[in-house]
Amino acid sequence: MRSVAPVALGVAWRTIHNVLRTPALLMPTVLFPLFFFTAFAGGLSQVRNVPGFDYAGDYTSFQFVFVLLQSAAFGGVFTGFGVARDFESGFGKRLLLASPNRLGILVGYALAALARWSITATLLTTIALLVGMDVGGGPVDVVGLYTLALLLNIAALCWAAGLAFRFRTIQVGPVMQMPVFLTLFFAPVYVPLDLLSGWIETVATVNPVTYVLEAGRSLLSGAPTEVGLAFAVGFALIAVFAVWGVRGLRRAEAAG
Amino acid sequence: MSTAAVQIGAIAGRSIRRTVRQPAMAIPPILFPVALMLVNAAGLEASTLLPGFPTDSFLAFALAVPFIQGALFSTMNAGTDLARDIQTGFLNRLSLTSLRGSSLMIGQLSGIVVLGVVQACAYVVVGLLTGVHFASGAGGIAVLLVFAFIVSLGFGALGSFLALRTGSGEAVQGLFPLMFVLLFISSMNTPRDLIAVDWFRWVATVNPVSYLIECVRSLIITGWDAEALLLGFGIAVAIVVVSVALASWALTVRMTRT
Repeated sequence: MRSVAPVALGVAWRTIHNVLRTPALLMPTVLFPLFFFTAFAGGLSQVRNVPGFDYAGDYTSFQFVFVLLQSAAFGGVFTGFGVARDFESGFGKRLLLASPNRLGILVGYALAALARWSITATLLTTIALLVGMDVGGGPVDVVGLYTLALLLNIAALCWAAGLAFRFRTIQVGPVMQMPVFLTLFFAPVYVPLDLLSGWIETVATVNPVTYVLEAGRSLLSGAPTEVGLAFAVGFALIAVFAVWGVRGLRRAEAAG
Repeated sequence: MSTAAVQIGAIAGRSIRRTVRQPAMAIPPILFPVALMLVNAAGLEASTLLPGFPTDSFLAFALAVPFIQGALFSTMNAGTDLARDIQTGFLNRLSLTSLRGSSLMIGQLSGIVVLGVVQACAYVVVGLLTGVHFASGAGGIAVLLVFAFIVSLGFGALGSFLALRTGSGEAVQGLFPLMFVLLFISSMNTPRDLIAVDWFRWVATVNPVSYLIECVRSLIITGWDAEALLLGFGIAVAIVVVSVALASWALTVRMTRT
């Protein structure tokens, strides 16, 4: 385990350094969530007045939770783009050769994804508070919300890194991105689950992200519900995609 | 047949064939807006319960969006194609011929306009298949296709202008976020008079994309609304005039024969 840490820290430092020094890499991760937050919280605030919309907080906080989780997931996916780029350029091969414990590579990228998302989350939270978002939950609830987002961040990174290790080209980017995008949008994005009907209700009900999203919203509003289920879903997603990521890493090793 | 017609025909044929032969360019502009519309319509169906909402079907309300989103995509398609011609030296070789700039411009935009109209037909079919009733009837659908033609031409010329100025496909692709912002900060999901946040309503009101969407929407859910049609067509024609003028100027500069 001791040999994992230096590799992980080295990979994380390099990745964060690259992202911070390349605005073209950092800006989409930061700007897209802000843009979604603005468009949804600003343009759709009347949806709060739909009969049966029983969320305790305001519509800004309702949308904030979705955008926070979305930014966490995409922080992982965008870091996956970097993994693919590293392997496409040949840097990944040198990294495999130089690492005493290659598990550290995946851990390092995960740390970088976390650091990258924390920049977005800080900015997003600051802006949401500046525009007067309702925060009904206490400190423990808020920590719970950010922990749920963190779990999604790690799961998304493992998913994207698993693909990057297998295909070792940036062309796999849309395959990393689209399922995450669709899974997020197949959750109750605009209204609570109870107000959905038809096919989207069916899809949202079986979508695991729905439970993370609903629990996150309940935490922010100060009326926590089904938080245990949401954490179980979060850890299950990490378990599944960590296996996917590690097996991908082994494929990359085998490919030489 | 006049020389200009032959030249336009040759360039237009190439442009259309190139668009058709690149599924990656032709299919996403049709599928992605439809997918986004279906997801948004399903998620926001409850909005129709708001007092003052103009229809009881959010799908009918949202159907206008793919028409404009598809046209916005055509900006990037046109620009990327032309940028590739610049990067590969094709435009330089053309400038050695007697080809007129106007023929090149008209021909180049033909593929994009054809794609724009095909997209619009696809959206009409999706609407009919999902049970949307076009309040303006068959005549309205015809007007809608004419509108799609004009909007595709306008945004296609804008993409061409950017490609001619930058000579880079990547720079044109970099417009994607801006196009997305213009779309989302409009009345795409809520009628402007129902937007509660003042600053957002103001931005949606000054955003020309709102009027393009409302023009299409009026044909679908209202019928014949002269104000919406005049505003939509007026703005679309203005975009065509400005972007074609800019693209023509940029083409003259780019094809300067020395």
